[in-house]
Amino acid sequence: MLHYLLKRLASLGLSLVVASLVIFLTLEVVPGDPAAYMLGINAQEDTLAALRDELGLNGSVAERYLSWAGGLLVGDFGTSYTYRTPVAEMIGERLWVSLPLALYALALSTLIAFPAGIWAASRRGSAVDVGVMGITQLGVAIPNFWFAMLMVLIFAINLRWFSAGGFVGWDAGFGAALKSLTLPAVALALPQASILARVMRSSLLDTLSEDFIRTARAKGLSRGQALRRHALRNALIPVLTIIGMQFSFLLAGAIIIENVFFLPGLGRLVFQSISARDLIVVESVVMLLVFAVIVVNFLVDLTYAIVDPRLRGRR
Amino acid sequence: MTMDYQKAGRYFKLGLISTAALAATAGIALAKSDIVVAMQLEPPHLDPTSAAAGAIDSVLYSNVFEGLTRFGPDGSVNPGLAKGWEISEDGKTYTFMLREGVTFHDGSAMDAEDVKFSLDRARAEDSANAQKALFEGIESVEVVDPLTVKVTLAAPNGSFLFNMAWGDAVIVAPETIADIKTTPIGTGAFTFKNWVQGDKIDLEKNAAYWGTPAKLDKVSFKFISDPTAAFAAVMAEDVDAFVGFPAPENLPQFEADPRFQVLVGSTEGETILSTNNKMPPFDNVKVRKALAHAIDRQAIIDGAMFGYGTPIGTHFAPHNPDYVDLTANSAYDPKMAKALLAEAGYADGFKTTLKLPPPSYARRGGEIIAAQLRAVGIEAEISNLEWAQWLEQVFRGKDYGLTIVSHTEPFDIGIYARPDYYFQYDNPSFQQLMTDLGAEADPAKRSALLATAQETISGDYVNGYLFQLAYPTVANAKVQGLWKDAPTQATDLTAVYWQ
Amino acid sequence: MRNLWLGGLLTAVFAGMAVLSFLWTPYDPTVLDIANKIKAPTLAHPLGTDHFGRDILSMIMVGARTSIAVALVAVGIGMALGVPLGLMAAARKGSLWDEVIMRGNDLVFAFPSLLIAIMITAVFGASALNAIIAIGIFNIPVFARLTRSGALSLWSREYVMAARVAGKGAARISVEHILPNVANLLIVQGTIQFSLGILAEAGLSYVGLGAQPPTASWGRMLADSQTMISFAPHMALFPGLAILLTVLGLNLMGDGLRDLFDPKLRRARS
Repeated sequence: MLHYLLKRLASLGLSLVVASLVIFLTLEVVPGDPAAYMLGINAQEDTLAALRDELGLNGSVAERYLSWAGGLLVGDFGTSYTYRTPVAEMIGERLWVSLPLALYALALSTLIAFPAGIWAASRRGSAVDVGVMGITQLGVAIPNFWFAMLMVLIFAINLRWFSAGGFVGWDAGFGAALKSLTLPAVALALPQASILARVMRSSLLDTLSEDFIRTARAKGLSRGQALRRHALRNALIPVLTIIGMQFSFLLAGAIIIENVFFLPGLGRLVFQSISARDLIVVESVVMLLVFAVIVVNFLVDLTYAIVDPRLRGRR
Repeated sequence: MTMDYQKAGRYFKLGLISTAALAATAGIALAKSDIVVAMQLEPPHLDPTSAAAGAIDSVLYSNVFEGLTRFGPDGSVNPGLAKGWEISEDGKTYTFMLREGVTFHDGSAMDAEDVKFSLDRARAEDSANAQKALFEGIESVEVVDPLTVKVTLAAPNGSFLFNMAWGDAVIVAPETIADIKTTPIGTGAFTFKNWVQGDKIDLEKNAAYWGTPAKLDKVSFKFISDPTAAFAAVMAEDVDAFVGFPAPENLPQFEADPRFQVLVGSTEGETILSTNNKMPPFDNVKVRKALAHAIDRQAIIDGAMFGYGTPIGTHFAPHNPDYVDLTANSAYDPKMAKALLAEAGYADGFKTTLKLPPPSYARRGGEIIAAQLRAVGIEAEISNLEWAQWLEQVFRGKDYGLTIVSHTEPFDIGIYARPDYYFQYDNPSFQQLMTDLGAEADPAKRSALLATAQETISGDYVNGYLFQLAYPTVANAKVQGLWKDAPTQATDLTAVYWQ
Repeated sequence: MRNLWLGGLLTAVFAGMAVLSFLWTPYDPTVLDIANKIKAPTLAHPLGTDHFGRDILSMIMVGARTSIAVALVAVGIGMALGVPLGLMAAARKGSLWDEVIMRGNDLVFAFPSLLIAIMITAVFGASALNAIIAIGIFNIPVFARLTRSGALSLWSREYVMAARVAGKGAARISVEHILPNVANLLIVQGTIQFSLGILAEAGLSYVGLGAQPPTASWGRMLADSQTMISFAPHMALFPGLAILLTVLGLNLMGDGLRDLFDPKLRRARS
């Protein structure tokens, strides 16, 4: 086990190094000078040079990579070119939107998917099953930003139940803040819930066909009882894996939804920073997200290895 | 452990807000004294003297920072921190008399030393001022006494007082300059309170203001870049006013709604189809003339701006008394355009690039122009650029055939005298015109020179002249005192009040 | 089977529209008619006109071409690179080579794909080609992983053993014996990646990073319609429906194909 752990840790470290290099080098070739962007069309050459120097843009590629990557190791994400504030602070600020949004969407998705999946599995082949499966097909196929636009049209513009965008901030109270995250969370949750419901259903059906369920049924449990008492727990493993993956997806993948609803989250920060050529912010946020995904994957693998020692040899 | 700081800051803020909310409920019977003003762009930082970002001035100009002179709502140049000035016979020395009793928001006095510091800082070798050219003619700045400053110019400059009214020329203090980018300390009628990056900037009334005090107690500038979100925020009355409203297509809905007023003002923004005059085939005046006749301005104004905008035929603001209407020079005439192309040897048309920056006037206008050019055989390949790319490729690199951009600086026809400017127009007689204009003081002769200048660039078809950008403000019907026009980038709220 | 038919039908309708658009569209979708802008559906324009007076039906037809082309080529890239990598990894299971390929896969998987696609198009310029590359890159590990796991189970089969004994090299076995037997898996996965590619293209175009005007694209039509949704909902409705129905069709077809290829699953599922 220790050997396996060390090996996995080494490859985790290597992955992170490679990822940081890829991110840094990709952004190195981005055309567009942040200094020129900030000073605009009447800037003079000496003014630009002064600003570039101030921003630390004049060092060699290797120097700048090492100073950035070195900073990351000790938790220093650098200083934003445009806002001149520590990137870590900006990320912290945006996490207060992105993290609750991801959790909210995940909660909604789970709350919808569990009953739907269980219901469909327990009535396999019935109208309920067909209906749930049909809706989930639509849910997977619908572009979430379009769904978001339609919800804005109906619930914000016509019914005026919700605001069409923006985030009131947690200062405005928990309820108000949650309300301003509701439409985006629903838009994000719909496709995830659809996927999750399908996984839940098929995982349950797989489990239901296994021997121990047959035994339970033979002992006189009804199909529904067998499902609730025995199958559910066993079917949860793949479902939980999907939930884990969805969480990191929601954290990083909300970028378009954040744009539709004008939410000051991480994805939007990246988008704004790309157009402002605030590359240090882009690098650090993307690196943070990659780090999150890699670590989540690592933990999932590790859990599997603990649960099922046979897997240690694989891969 | 930044996260913990963040959390602590948040709880702290929470406390502040709830007391403020209590106070607000208690004073509910009084007239409304706070306002939320939205705009599209957020300032990158808060130092108007070291960035070109107009958003900085849109928030801070005249509200927080003031200069020796200041722009009025009609673009006139009025006394600011200088209550008056004397100009020497030779026009080279300006003696400014400063107002008494002016203090910065930190309580320190504003005096001649601060003026000298501000001007010297702006014109210094290592200055990061985006409009360094405004200060170029200054030879020396001397402190005569605490309330008198003498500025000596190398040569007479008819627009010096105009230059000093720019947001890039505001007066700052040496003691607070280090933190100006996050904590701006000026002399204006409002003090800076708080900036939630990506969201809003809060200002408060300056109780110790030297002049007429502001009528509002609290001001929030909210930044909403997305046109859809802008529409929604105004409709839901989340904001009391939106200056420079980004979606002209939504204005009729606001006009029809009694809750709102729509002010459509003028700007200094000549929106033009900039043409690379050095790049073949645009080095041929016939091709440029064909281009001009291939464009249907009204269709662009209707299609891209939903009717808001004044057609122009040269690079000059129509509301300027010296404007000459030359739109007939480039009337829409696709047949003539084709004939001209054939004459120039491009009977089968040609291919070129059309590089578009982000604003919707450029993106939508670009699609319309590309379609109009296609109709006469010119294939303009559109690429949508962000500002940083546009600056690098088009503005500095001059690697483009055509582009669309609004030149928002006031009175900027002088850019045509710069052969290295991005559209690369090199005409010695025009350059002579501008030199003559600089030396001319007689208003009638200046007018005549300006008319000739406008006719020259229009007759040379340097660029495609499209329209003067409109400046729409949507506000609650009860808000009074907002500027209608935008003679400079500013949202002067010092005279705004609730009816 | 119902899935396969319905999915196939939907897919065929949109593919047919795309093909037809090469030959004929009701109007030229690149010609603007400002005087007729933002008209609700009429007989002359069954789906209405957009903010430049273009015919929305014609634009949707050409947009189908754009979406299908981008997604198809992106799947092609993923297969062309992912399948050989997966075959090689399986053939040398446990070797350094295998480890490198699989770690590389994990790495690409770990990148937030949409964010990276936006980064790539921002770096190299917004265009249909760059959208294809950005989407294609993330298809590579999908196919590599699938091919590897499919191939691994085959390497222990008797006929593969027999081929080995007969002295065939690993490369030859991979191509002759392994590949044909993972083809079904690849087709099913290809359909799913195809539909994901259409969604991704729509997303990229929506944020302005896909095909550039005057090429019509569904995502950009939605972006253009956004500020007008309150007074011209038809501009947002139809392009969105086009995306929804195309993706739905492909997903149904993918499910149907899987059932067709794998009767055991079919029994379990329906």
